[in-house]
Amino acid sequence: MQNELKVVSNATCTFCGCVCDDIELTVEGNHITKAKNACVLGKAWFLNHQAGEGPVARIRGKEATVEEAVEEAARILVDAKFPIIYGLSDTTCEAQRVTVAIADWVGASIDTTTSVCHGPSGMAFQGVGEITCSLGEVRNRADLVIFWGSNPAESHPRHWGRYSTMPKGLFVPNGRKDRTVVLVDVRRTKSAPAADIFLQIKPRKDFEVLWMLRALVKGLTINEADLIDTGVTLEQLQNLVDRMKACKFGVLFFGMGLSMTRGKHLNVEAALALARDLNAFTRFYANPMRGHGNVTGADNVVSWQTGYPFGVNLGRGYPRFNPGEFTTTDTLARKEADAAMIIASDPMGNFSQAARDHLASIPYIALDTKETSTTRAAAVAFTTATYGINVPGTVYRMDDVPIPLRPAFESPYPSDEKILRALEKKVLHLLKEKLQASN
Amino acid sequence: MAITVIKGGKIYDPTHGINGEVRDIWIKDGKIIAPPIEADILPEKVIDATGRIIMPGGVDMHCHIAGPKVNLARKMRPEDKRYAPHVSRTALTRSGTIGSVPSTFATGYLYAGLGYTTAFDAAVPPLSARHAHEELQDTPIIDKGFYLLMGNNHYALEQIAKKDNEKLKSFTAWLLESAKGYAIKLVNPGGVEVWKSGGANISEIDQDIGHFNCTPRQIIQGLSQTAMDIGLPHAVHIHCNNLGIPGNWRTTQATMDALEGRRAHLTHIQFHSYGGEPDDQGKFCSKVQELAEFVNSHPEVTVDVGQVLFGETTSMTGDGPLGYYLHKVTGKKWTSADTEMEAGCGIVPMVYKEKSFVNALQWAIGLEWYLLVKDPWQIAMSTDHPNGGSFLAYPEIIQLLMDRTYRQEILKRIHPRVLERSCLKDLDREYTLNEIAIITRAGPARMLGLINKGHLGVGADADITIYNESSNILAMFELPYMVLKYGKVVVEKSEIRLQVPGNTLHVSPSFDPGLVGDIRKWFESYYTIQFENYPVTDDYLSGGGTMIPCNKK
Repeated sequence: MQNELKVVSNATCTFCGCVCDDIELTVEGNHITKAKNACVLGKAWFLNHQAGEGPVARIRGKEATVEEAVEEAARILVDAKFPIIYGLSDTTCEAQRVTVAIADWVGASIDTTTSVCHGPSGMAFQGVGEITCSLGEVRNRADLVIFWGSNPAESHPRHWGRYSTMPKGLFVPNGRKDRTVVLVDVRRTKSAPAADIFLQIKPRKDFEVLWMLRALVKGLTINEADLIDTGVTLEQLQNLVDRMKACKFGVLFFGMGLSMTRGKHLNVEAALALARDLNAFTRFYANPMRGHGNVTGADNVVSWQTGYPFGVNLGRGYPRFNPGEFTTTDTLARKEADAAMIIASDPMGNFSQAARDHLASIPYIALDTKETSTTRAAAVAFTTATYGINVPGTVYRMDDVPIPLRPAFESPYPSDEKILRALEKKVLHLLKEKLQASN
Repeated sequence: MAITVIKGGKIYDPTHGINGEVRDIWIKDGKIIAPPIEADILPEKVIDATGRIIMPGGVDMHCHIAGPKVNLARKMRPEDKRYAPHVSRTALTRSGTIGSVPSTFATGYLYAGLGYTTAFDAAVPPLSARHAHEELQDTPIIDKGFYLLMGNNHYALEQIAKKDNEKLKSFTAWLLESAKGYAIKLVNPGGVEVWKSGGANISEIDQDIGHFNCTPRQIIQGLSQTAMDIGLPHAVHIHCNNLGIPGNWRTTQATMDALEGRRAHLTHIQFHSYGGEPDDQGKFCSKVQELAEFVNSHPEVTVDVGQVLFGETTSMTGDGPLGYYLHKVTGKKWTSADTEMEAGCGIVPMVYKEKSFVNALQWAIGLEWYLLVKDPWQIAMSTDHPNGGSFLAYPEIIQLLMDRTYRQEILKRIHPRVLERSCLKDLDREYTLNEIAIITRAGPARMLGLINKGHLGVGADADITIYNESSNILAMFELPYMVLKYGKVVVEKSEIRLQVPGNTLHVSPSFDPGLVGDIRKWFESYYTIQFENYPVTDDYLSGGGTMIPCNKK
C-alpha cells in the first residue's frame, strides 16, 4: 500500500473515559504520525498503535481459519454447563450488543470490567440514587470541583482542560479563576499541585470523612475526637462544608480510590448521599471517573438488554443479578465456570491467582487486538481490529454521552463485532441441532 | 407477491366509520389493499377471524421506553425486577426483565403481545439521541420514535427572548434532523433551566427565566407556532409547568389560553388537573370539569391522560425539579441527571395506594378525563408509562372505561374522600369498542400525523390486531388472538412468532442552511463534544427508518 497522507478530523480517542472526540489524526498508510489535541496517553494510544501480528485465529495455539475457530468457539460455549463472558470495556457498543445476545442464547453469565472498577459505584447507585450530569454542565456552571480518590493528572489528563477546571463556560466566564478545585486523596499525587485545597486523609478513612461531612452539612455537631486517625481537622472539614453549601454548582468526581478501597460501595454511597443532601442548599452532583474508553457503554448495553448493569446470569433463561455471585472473579475463584469468553480484556494479567488458575484450567475463547497473557492460554484466540483506530461504532463517555468513532485506517484483522456476529450465527445453528437431536 | 386475507372478522376502523361490520381485509407487501376484483386471485394465506374483532394495531403516543433516563431507572432499581415476572428466552426470542421498566427486547415483545404496534418515547435530550436510537434498534417488532426535549434548550430560549422566529424555526428543524427525532417536547418549560441554575423552579407561566430573559408563556407560544410553521406531523407536545402540585390546574388553564388557537398536545393531563393549594393537602380536589370544558370547545387541542394505577412503579421525567419534589415527598432514592444546554431528568420509585387520598384522587381524575372529554378523537390513552403505571395496564383501563359497575366497585374500595372531591361517581358513561379503538389507535395516529397508521383503509400499513370477542374485556385485550406487523403474523396465541426489527419513525424538516453557522458558533462555545459528532446518522435507525413527511403550508 502506498503511504498516502490523509487527515481524520474529529476523531475519538478511546484510551480513557474522557473519550475526547476532537483529535486530528494524520495518517500515513498504516501509521498515525500525528495526533493533534491528544494528551500524553492519547498520543501513546494513537502513535504507538501497531496492528497485531500473527494469525487472525488460533485453536489451542495453532493457526486456524476464522471459520474453524468460530465453529470451535461456538462448540465450547454451547457444550458448557456454566459459561461466562467477560470484558467488553474496550470495544464498541455494536460488539457489546452482539455479545450480550450470545450470552443470552447460551445461558451464560455476562459481566464486564465494571465489576472490578466501579461495580461498587453501581451498587451504591442502587442504594441511594445519583445526582449526576453531563460534563458540559460542569464546564458551563461548576464553581466548586472536588476530586476524591482520583488522580486525573495521570489517569485522565485532559479532564481538567476540556471539562472540569480550566474551560470557560456560560456561567463561569473566567474559567479556572471562577472555580475552587479540591483534591482529597490518601497521598500527594501529581494532581495535588493543581488544586486550591488538598486534603490528605489517612488510608481506609474515606467513609468516615465522607460521613462526617454529611453530618456537618446537616448541622450536627462533630468533635475533634471523632476525627482522630482520619488525617483531617474539624476546621478543614467545616471549611469544605461551608464551600460546598455556598457554591452555585458543586461536583464531586470520585475514582477507584473510593470504589476499590476498604468500604467499597459504602464509600460511594456516602459520596452519593453527600452530594444528594447538598441539594437542599444548592445544586450539587457526584460523577464517577470511569477508566476504560467504553466501560460506560458496556454498563448501558448490559442494562438495556438485561435490566441490570453487570454481574448478570442468564443460566435460567432470563436475567438475574447478583454481584459476588455472578461477577467473574468470584465465579472463577470458586471454580464454578466450565467455559469462558473474554473480550478486550486481560484477566490472566490482573485477576487473583485463584481466578487465573481456574480460567487456565477451562476452555475459553479470547478476542483481543494483540497477544496478551489471556490470548496465549486461550483454547480459541482471535486477533481483532482496534476500535476507534480501525473500527467505527459507538462509545459512551464517562458521563453517558454517546460518541461516534472515526477510524483512521483499515486493519487486516476483522472487528470484534464481525467475529461475534459469525459466532452468534454458529451458536444458534448448533443450538438448533441440539434441540432437534433431543426431540 | 404474497397476498394475505383476514376473513370474517368484525372490523372496528373509526377513521372510516366502520363500527363492527364483518368485512375481509386484504394485504399485500405489508399494506392493506382493496379486495381484488378478479375472482381468480387467490391469497397465499387466509386467516379465519370469524367471531373475532379486528382493529388497527395500537399506537402509544406517550411512554418512556428508551434512552438515558429509562436506562438509569433500569440500573437503579434491581429490586423492581427481582420478584417480578420475567421474559424467558426461546429459540426465537431474547430474554428480559419486566418490572416497571422492562428491558428493551421485553418492551418490544410486551407491546406486540398487547396488540400495540407503534410507540413513542416522550422525552429524549438531543445529546443522547444516539443512545435512544441504539435502544430502539434493540426494541423489536414495534415501530417507534421519540420527541426531543426543547423547552429548556439554551439556543431555543435565546431565540425566543430575541423573538427571532426564523432562527428558532431553522434551529428546531436542524435539531430534529440531527437527532432523527419526531416532535418537539416541552417539559416544564423554563422551569428545568431555573432548577439547573440554582435549585428553584417556575410556578407560573409569566415568571422570568433568570438569565434567559423570557417566560414559559413565550416558550409555549414560540414552539407551538414553530411546530406548525415547519409543518411537523405532530403538534408541540407539552408537559406543563407545576406537574403534580395542588392548584396546578390554573397553570394548565393558563397554558391552554396562551396557545391562542394554535395546535398543541397537552400530555399526562391527569397530573396537571389538581385544585387546592400547594401547601395544603386538605383542599386537594379535581378540576377536570373546568379543563375538559376548554378541550371540548377547542378542537385544535388534544390530550393524553397519564392514568394512575394502584401499585408500584417508577417515576421518570425530564422535569428535574419534579424528581427532587417526589424524592422529598416519598423519602425514596433519587436520581437526577442534567444534560448540558438541553435538559434535566429525575427518577424516583413510586407506590400508588388505594387508601391514600392523594393517590386515589389521582386515579379518579384520570378516569374523569376519559369520561368528560366528549370527542374521543381529542384524548389518547396513556399511563405516561411507567409514571402512572405500566403500559401493561392498558387492558385494565379499557375495562374501567367500558364497565361502569367495575369502576364503581373500585371507587367504593378506595379512599372515601374521593367521592366528594371528584365527580367520578356521577359519571355513567361507558366507552364503546369503537371509542376504545379511537383512543388507543385511530386517535393517537391522527394526533401524530401518521397517515398510514391507526386505520384499515387501502394503503394503510398492515399493522393489525385480532381479538377474541368476549364479555371478559380484560382477557380480550390482554391476550389478542393474533397481531400482524406490516402484514406478517408476529404474535399468535400470546406467543411471538416472528421477530421483525420494526422501523424508527422520524422527521426531516427543511431549514435554512445559512443559519447553521450561527448554531455551530453557539454549539462550539458551550458543548463538550464536536459539532460534527453530534448528528445521528441513518445507520442508527431501526429497520432502516421511515421518514414521515412534513407538511409545510
